[in-house]
Amino acid sequence: MFNTRILVPETAKAGESVEIRVMIMHPMDTGFTFTTQGERIPVDIITDFTCTYLDEEVVHIRLAPGLSANPLFSFRLRAERTGTVAFRWVDQHGAVTTDDATLTVT
Amino acid sequence: MIRHAALLALMATAAQAEAPVSGYAFMQPETQALQDDAFANPGMLWVDLGRELWNRPEASGDSCAGCHGGPETLRGVGARYPAWSATEGRVVSLEQQINLCREGRQQAVPLPYGSRELLALSALVMHQSLGLPQAVATDGPAAEAYVRGRDYFETRRGQLNLSCANCHVEQAGSRLRGETISQGQVNGFPIYRQLWQDIGSAGRMIAWCNEAVRATQLEEGSPMAVELELYLRARGNGLAIESPAVRR
Repeated sequence: MFNTRILVPETAKAGESVEIRVMIMHPMDTGFTFTTQGERIPVDIITDFTCTYLDEEVVHIRLAPGLSANPLFSFRLRAERTGTVAFRWVDQHGAVTTDDATLTVT
Repeated sequence: MIRHAALLALMATAAQAEAPVSGYAFMQPETQALQDDAFANPGMLWVDLGRELWNRPEASGDSCAGCHGGPETLRGVGARYPAWSATEGRVVSLEQQINLCREGRQQAVPLPYGSRELLALSALVMHQSLGLPQAVATDGPAAEAYVRGRDYFETRRGQLNLSCANCHVEQAGSRLRGETISQGQVNGFPIYRQLWQDIGSAGRMIAWCNEAVRATQLEEGSPMAVELELYLRARGNGLAIESPAVRR
Protein backbone atom coordinates (compact mmCIF):
# COMPACT_ATOMS: atom_id res chain seq x y z
CA MET A 1 0.00 0.00 0.00
CA PHE A 2 1.40 3.33 -1.04
CA ASN A 3 0.36 6.66 0.36
CA THR A 4 -2.36 8.33 -1.76
CA ARG A 5 -4.19 11.64 -2.01
CA ILE A 6 -7.60 11.85 -3.66
CA LEU A 7 -9.88 14.76 -4.38
CA VAL A 8 -13.54 13.92 -5.03
CA PRO A 9 -16.18 16.60 -4.43
CA GLU A 10 -18.54 15.64 -1.62
CA THR A 11 -21.69 16.57 -3.51
CA ALA A 12 -22.65 17.15 -7.13
CA LYS A 13 -25.83 17.73 -9.10
CA ALA A 14 -27.07 14.90 -11.31
CA GLY A 15 -25.52 15.21 -14.75
CA GLU A 16 -22.84 17.58 -13.53
CA SER A 17 -19.28 16.98 -14.67
CA VAL A 18 -16.98 16.96 -11.67
CA GLU A 19 -13.19 17.02 -11.54
CA ILE A 20 -11.46 14.08 -9.89
CA ARG A 21 -7.81 14.31 -8.92
CA VAL A 22 -5.69 11.50 -7.53
CA MET A 23 -2.03 11.07 -6.76
CA ILE A 24 0.14 8.36 -5.27
CA MET A 25 3.55 8.40 -3.63
CA HIS A 26 5.72 6.22 -5.84
CA PRO A 27 9.30 6.57 -7.12
CA MET A 28 8.43 5.45 -10.70
CA ASP A 29 12.02 4.41 -11.36
CA THR A 30 12.63 4.36 -15.10
CA GLY A 31 15.53 1.90 -15.15
CA PHE A 32 17.77 4.57 -16.70
CA THR A 33 19.09 6.04 -13.46
CA PHE A 34 22.05 5.07 -11.32
CA THR A 35 22.91 5.28 -7.66
CA THR A 36 25.89 7.35 -6.53
CA GLN A 37 27.80 4.06 -6.51
CA GLY A 38 27.12 3.54 -10.20
CA GLU A 39 24.62 0.73 -9.78
CA ARG A 40 21.61 0.81 -12.06
CA ILE A 41 18.30 1.35 -10.30
CA PRO A 42 15.92 -1.24 -11.78
CA VAL A 43 12.58 -0.34 -13.26
CA ASP A 44 9.97 0.03 -10.55
CA ILE A 45 6.71 1.52 -11.74
CA ILE A 46 2.99 1.44 -11.31
CA THR A 47 1.57 -0.29 -14.36
CA ASP A 48 -2.18 0.17 -14.04
CA PHE A 49 -4.60 2.68 -12.63
CA THR A 50 -8.35 2.24 -12.67
CA CYS A 51 -11.25 4.30 -11.42
CA THR A 52 -14.60 2.65 -10.78
CA TYR A 53 -17.87 4.54 -10.31
CA LEU A 54 -21.19 2.79 -9.67
CA ASP A 55 -19.40 -0.56 -10.14
CA GLU A 56 -18.41 0.43 -13.63
CA GLU A 57 -14.88 1.05 -14.81
CA VAL A 58 -14.74 4.64 -16.00
CA VAL A 59 -11.02 5.23 -16.35
CA HIS A 60 -8.22 2.77 -17.03
CA ILE A 61 -4.68 4.03 -17.52
CA ARG A 62 -1.70 1.87 -18.44
CA LEU A 63 1.52 3.44 -17.29
CA ALA A 64 4.98 3.04 -18.80
CA PRO A 65 8.48 4.02 -17.65
CA GLY A 66 9.22 7.69 -18.17
CA LEU A 67 6.46 9.19 -16.06
CA SER A 68 7.50 11.41 -13.20
CA ALA A 69 7.53 10.12 -9.65
CA ASN A 70 4.35 10.51 -7.59
CA PRO A 71 2.05 10.53 -10.65
CA LEU A 72 -1.07 12.67 -10.52
CA PHE A 73 -4.13 11.97 -12.65
CA SER A 74 -6.93 14.41 -13.21
CA PHE A 75 -10.10 13.66 -15.14
CA ARG A 76 -13.77 14.59 -15.25
CA LEU A 77 -16.60 12.33 -14.23
CA ARG A 78 -20.31 12.81 -14.89
CA ALA A 79 -22.23 12.44 -11.64
CA GLU A 80 -25.28 10.22 -12.04
CA ARG A 81 -26.24 8.63 -8.74
CA THR A 82 -24.87 8.65 -5.24
CA GLY A 83 -22.16 6.04 -5.04
CA THR A 84 -18.59 5.13 -4.37
CA VAL A 85 -15.77 6.36 -6.55
CA ALA A 86 -13.05 3.75 -6.10
CA PHE A 87 -9.43 3.95 -7.20
CA ARG A 88 -6.99 1.12 -7.68
CA TRP A 89 -3.31 1.23 -8.49
CA VAL A 90 -1.30 -1.89 -9.34
CA ASP A 91 2.49 -1.86 -9.47
CA GLN A 92 4.66 -4.15 -11.55
CA HIS A 93 5.07 -6.55 -8.64
CA GLY A 94 1.31 -6.91 -8.34
CA ALA A 95 0.99 -4.88 -5.15
CA VAL A 96 -2.41 -3.22 -5.04
CA THR A 97 -3.20 0.14 -3.48
CA THR A 98 -6.82 1.19 -3.14
CA ASP A 99 -8.66 4.27 -2.00
CA ASP A 100 -12.24 5.46 -2.36
CA ALA A 101 -14.64 8.29 -1.64
CA THR A 102 -18.40 8.72 -1.72
CA LEU A 103 -19.90 11.12 -4.21
CA THR A 104 -23.33 12.30 -3.07
CA VAL A 105 -25.56 13.28 -5.98
CA THR A 106 -28.36 15.72 -5.18
CA MET B 1 42.13 49.69 -11.93
CA ILE B 2 40.80 46.15 -12.01
CA ARG B 3 41.38 45.91 -8.28
CA HIS B 4 39.43 49.12 -7.78
CA ALA B 5 36.54 47.80 -9.80
CA ALA B 6 36.55 44.60 -7.78
CA LEU B 7 36.61 46.54 -4.54
CA LEU B 8 33.79 48.78 -5.66
CA ALA B 9 31.75 45.73 -6.59
CA LEU B 10 32.52 44.23 -3.20
CA MET B 11 31.47 47.40 -1.40
CA ALA B 12 28.31 47.60 -3.41
CA THR B 13 27.49 44.03 -2.35
CA ALA B 14 28.23 44.75 1.28
CA ALA B 15 26.26 48.00 1.22
CA GLN B 16 23.20 46.40 -0.32
CA ALA B 17 22.76 43.81 2.45
CA GLU B 18 19.75 42.73 0.45
CA ALA B 19 16.43 41.98 2.05
CA PRO B 20 15.78 38.22 2.09
CA VAL B 21 13.78 36.92 -0.86
CA SER B 22 12.28 33.44 -0.81
CA GLY B 23 13.48 30.92 -3.38
CA TYR B 24 9.87 30.91 -4.58
CA ALA B 25 10.47 34.23 -6.37
CA PHE B 26 13.22 32.61 -8.48
CA MET B 27 11.05 29.73 -9.74
CA GLN B 28 9.21 29.38 -13.03
CA PRO B 29 5.48 30.22 -12.85
CA GLU B 30 4.65 26.51 -13.37
CA THR B 31 6.75 25.51 -10.37
CA GLN B 32 5.15 28.24 -8.28
CA ALA B 33 1.71 27.06 -9.36
CA LEU B 34 2.52 23.50 -8.32
CA GLN B 35 3.60 24.70 -4.87
CA ASP B 36 0.50 26.87 -4.48
CA ASP B 37 -1.87 24.04 -5.41
CA ALA B 38 -2.80 22.64 -2.01
CA PHE B 39 -3.77 19.30 -3.54
CA ALA B 40 -1.21 18.74 -6.28
CA ASN B 41 1.85 19.91 -4.34
CA PRO B 42 3.73 16.58 -4.18
CA GLY B 43 5.21 17.51 -0.82
CA MET B 44 1.73 17.10 0.66
CA LEU B 45 2.09 13.34 0.18
CA TRP B 46 4.75 13.45 2.87
CA VAL B 47 2.64 15.71 5.08
CA ASP B 48 -0.17 13.13 4.82
CA LEU B 49 2.24 10.31 5.63
CA GLY B 50 3.55 12.38 8.55
CA ARG B 51 0.03 12.71 9.93
CA GLU B 52 -0.34 8.94 9.78
CA LEU B 53 2.95 8.45 11.64
CA TRP B 54 2.01 11.17 14.12
CA ASN B 55 -0.89 9.07 15.36
CA ARG B 56 0.87 5.71 15.18
CA PRO B 57 1.97 4.41 18.60
CA GLU B 58 5.50 3.09 18.91
CA ALA B 59 6.33 -0.14 20.77
CA SER B 60 6.16 1.75 24.09
CA GLY B 61 2.54 2.63 23.31
CA ASP B 62 3.27 6.34 22.92
CA SER B 63 2.53 8.26 19.75
CA CYS B 64 3.39 11.88 18.96
CA ALA B 65 -0.30 12.65 19.43
CA GLY B 66 -0.22 11.11 22.93
CA CYS B 67 1.86 14.01 24.28
CA HIS B 68 1.29 16.81 21.81
CA GLY B 69 -2.33 16.29 20.77
CA GLY B 70 -2.93 17.30 17.17
CA PRO B 71 -0.02 18.43 15.01
CA GLU B 72 -1.58 21.92 14.84
CA THR B 73 -0.52 22.44 18.47
CA LEU B 74 3.02 22.74 17.10
CA ARG B 75 2.15 25.80 14.99
CA GLY B 76 5.12 28.13 15.14
CA VAL B 77 7.52 25.54 16.52
CA GLY B 78 9.09 24.59 13.20
CA ALA B 79 9.83 28.25 12.44
CA ARG B 80 12.24 28.35 15.41
CA TYR B 81 14.47 25.41 14.39
CA PRO B 82 17.43 24.75 14.35
CA ALA B 83 17.48 25.74 18.00
CA TRP B 84 19.77 25.37 20.98
CA SER B 85 19.12 22.23 22.99
CA ALA B 86 20.19 22.58 26.61
CA THR B 87 20.11 18.82 27.17
CA GLU B 88 22.26 18.09 24.12
CA GLY B 89 24.52 21.10 24.57
CA ARG B 90 24.39 21.91 20.89
CA VAL B 91 22.16 23.29 18.18
CA VAL B 92 19.71 20.68 16.86
CA SER B 93 17.66 20.70 13.69
CA LEU B 94 13.95 19.90 13.69
CA GLU B 95 14.69 16.42 12.34
CA GLN B 96 17.07 15.80 15.22
CA GLN B 97 14.55 17.13 17.73
CA ILE B 98 12.00 14.65 16.39
CA ASN B 99 14.52 11.86 16.87
CA LEU B 100 15.33 13.10 20.40
CA CYS B 101 11.61 12.86 21.16
CA ARG B 102 11.51 9.37 19.70
CA GLU B 103 14.41 8.18 21.80
CA GLY B 104 13.57 10.02 25.00
CA ARG B 105 9.78 9.85 25.14
CA GLN B 106 8.77 7.00 22.85
CA GLN B 107 11.73 4.70 23.57
CA ALA B 108 11.94 4.12 19.85
CA VAL B 109 14.97 3.87 17.62
CA PRO B 110 15.86 7.15 15.92
CA LEU B 111 14.96 7.35 12.25
CA PRO B 112 17.78 7.74 9.70
CA TYR B 113 18.24 11.43 8.87
CA GLY B 114 17.21 11.30 5.24
CA SER B 115 14.54 8.64 5.70
CA ARG B 116 11.05 9.01 4.28
CA GLU B 117 9.47 8.70 7.74
CA LEU B 118 11.61 11.39 9.38
CA LEU B 119 11.10 13.78 6.48
CA ALA B 120 7.37 13.09 6.58
CA LEU B 121 7.24 14.04 10.26
CA SER B 122 9.37 17.14 9.79
CA ALA B 123 7.31 18.17 6.76
CA LEU B 124 4.16 17.78 8.86
CA VAL B 125 5.55 19.89 11.70
CA MET B 126 6.97 22.57 9.40
CA HIS B 127 3.72 22.68 7.44
CA GLN B 128 1.89 23.70 10.63
CA SER B 129 3.90 26.94 10.59
CA LEU B 130 2.87 27.72 7.00
CA GLY B 131 2.89 31.48 6.48
CA LEU B 132 4.45 32.32 9.83
CA PRO B 133 7.69 34.30 9.76
CA GLN B 134 10.85 32.29 10.21
CA ALA B 135 12.21 33.18 13.64
CA VAL B 136 15.46 31.40 14.47
CA ALA B 137 17.28 32.60 17.59
CA THR B 138 20.97 33.36 17.14
CA ASP B 139 21.67 34.90 20.52
CA GLY B 140 22.72 33.25 23.76
CA PRO B 141 24.31 29.82 23.47
CA ALA B 142 23.48 29.55 19.75
CA ALA B 143 25.64 32.57 18.90
CA GLU B 144 28.83 30.54 18.47
CA ALA B 145 27.12 28.06 16.19
CA TYR B 146 25.76 30.96 14.14
CA VAL B 147 29.27 32.37 13.68
CA ARG B 148 30.63 28.96 12.63
CA GLY B 149 27.77 28.61 10.16
CA ARG B 150 28.46 32.06 8.74
CA ASP B 151 32.16 31.26 8.41
CA TYR B 152 31.33 28.07 6.52
CA PHE B 153 29.00 30.05 4.25
CA GLU B 154 31.70 32.58 3.43
CA THR B 155 34.64 30.18 3.01
CA ARG B 156 35.69 29.14 -0.47
CA ARG B 157 35.85 25.37 -0.93
CA GLY B 158 35.93 22.58 -3.46
CA GLN B 159 37.59 22.23 -6.85
CA LEU B 160 35.58 25.19 -8.13
CA ASN B 161 36.83 27.21 -5.17
CA LEU B 162 33.47 28.84 -4.50
CA SER B 163 31.89 29.81 -1.22
CA CYS B 164 28.13 29.70 -0.73
CA ALA B 165 28.21 33.51 -0.63
CA ASN B 166 29.96 33.78 -4.01
CA CYS B 167 26.79 32.61 -5.69
CA HIS B 168 23.96 33.15 -3.24
CA VAL B 169 24.95 36.65 -2.09
CA GLU B 170 27.12 38.15 -4.80
CA GLN B 171 25.38 36.61 -7.78
CA ALA B 172 21.80 36.18 -6.56
CA GLY B 173 19.50 37.06 -9.43
CA SER B 174 22.14 36.34 -12.09
CA ARG B 175 21.73 33.47 -14.52
CA LEU B 176 23.64 30.23 -14.22
CA ARG B 177 22.99 28.21 -17.37
CA GLY B 178 19.20 28.03 -17.58
CA GLU B 179 18.50 28.98 -14.00
CA THR B 180 18.33 32.12 -11.91
CA ILE B 181 20.56 31.93 -8.86
CA SER B 182 18.50 32.23 -5.70
CA GLN B 183 19.59 33.68 -2.40
CA GLY B 184 19.85 30.19 -0.97
CA GLN B 185 17.02 30.75 1.48
CA VAL B 186 15.71 27.67 3.26
CA ASN B 187 12.28 28.86 4.43
CA GLY B 188 10.52 26.20 2.33
CA PHE B 189 12.34 23.14 3.65
CA PRO B 190 11.75 20.25 3.62
CA ILE B 191 11.26 20.83 -0.12
CA TYR B 192 9.94 18.66 -2.90
CA ARG B 193 12.72 19.01 -5.45
CA GLN B 194 11.84 18.18 -9.03
CA LEU B 195 15.42 17.17 -9.80
CA TRP B 196 15.29 14.58 -7.03
CA GLN B 197 11.64 13.65 -7.63
CA ASP B 198 11.68 13.42 -3.88
CA ILE B 199 11.55 15.43 -0.71
CA GLY B 200 14.74 16.57 0.99
CA SER B 201 15.90 18.31 4.13
CA ALA B 202 18.05 21.43 4.20
CA GLY B 203 20.92 19.04 4.98
CA ARG B 204 20.36 17.14 1.75
CA MET B 205 20.39 20.39 -0.20
CA ILE B 206 23.61 21.52 1.51
CA ALA B 207 25.25 18.21 0.56
CA TRP B 208 23.99 18.66 -3.00
CA CYS B 209 25.43 22.19 -3.17
CA ASN B 210 28.75 20.86 -1.85
CA GLU B 211 28.76 18.33 -4.65
CA ALA B 212 27.92 21.05 -7.19
CA VAL B 213 31.12 22.95 -6.31
CA ARG B 214 32.96 19.63 -6.04
CA ALA B 215 33.69 20.02 -2.35
CA THR B 216 33.68 17.42 0.41
CA GLN B 217 30.04 16.86 1.21
CA LEU B 218 28.74 17.73 4.64
CA GLU B 219 26.79 14.75 5.88
CA GLU B 220 23.19 15.74 6.57
CA GLY B 221 22.66 15.95 10.29
CA SER B 222 26.35 16.47 11.05
CA PRO B 223 27.03 19.30 13.54
CA MET B 224 28.51 21.55 10.84
CA ALA B 225 25.56 21.00 8.51
CA VAL B 226 23.12 21.89 11.30
CA GLU B 227 25.09 25.01 12.20
CA LEU B 228 25.10 26.04 8.56
CA GLU B 229 21.35 25.45 8.45
CA LEU B 230 21.04 27.66 11.54
CA TYR B 231 22.90 30.43 9.73
CA LEU B 232 20.86 29.96 6.54
CA ARG B 233 17.57 30.09 8.43
CA ALA B 234 18.68 33.08 10.49
CA ARG B 235 19.64 35.08 7.43
CA GLY B 236 16.12 34.49 6.16
CA ASN B 237 14.42 35.38 9.44
CA GLY B 238 11.12 37.05 8.68
CA LEU B 239 10.44 35.09 5.48
CA ALA B 240 7.16 33.19 5.52
CA ILE B 241 7.47 29.43 6.01
CA GLU B 242 6.43 27.65 2.79
CA SER B 243 6.93 24.00 3.71
CA PRO B 244 6.59 21.82 1.77
CA ALA B 245 7.86 24.10 -1.00
CA VAL B 246 8.42 22.91 -4.57
CA ARG B 247 11.76 23.74 -6.09
CA ARG B 248 13.37 22.88 -9.41
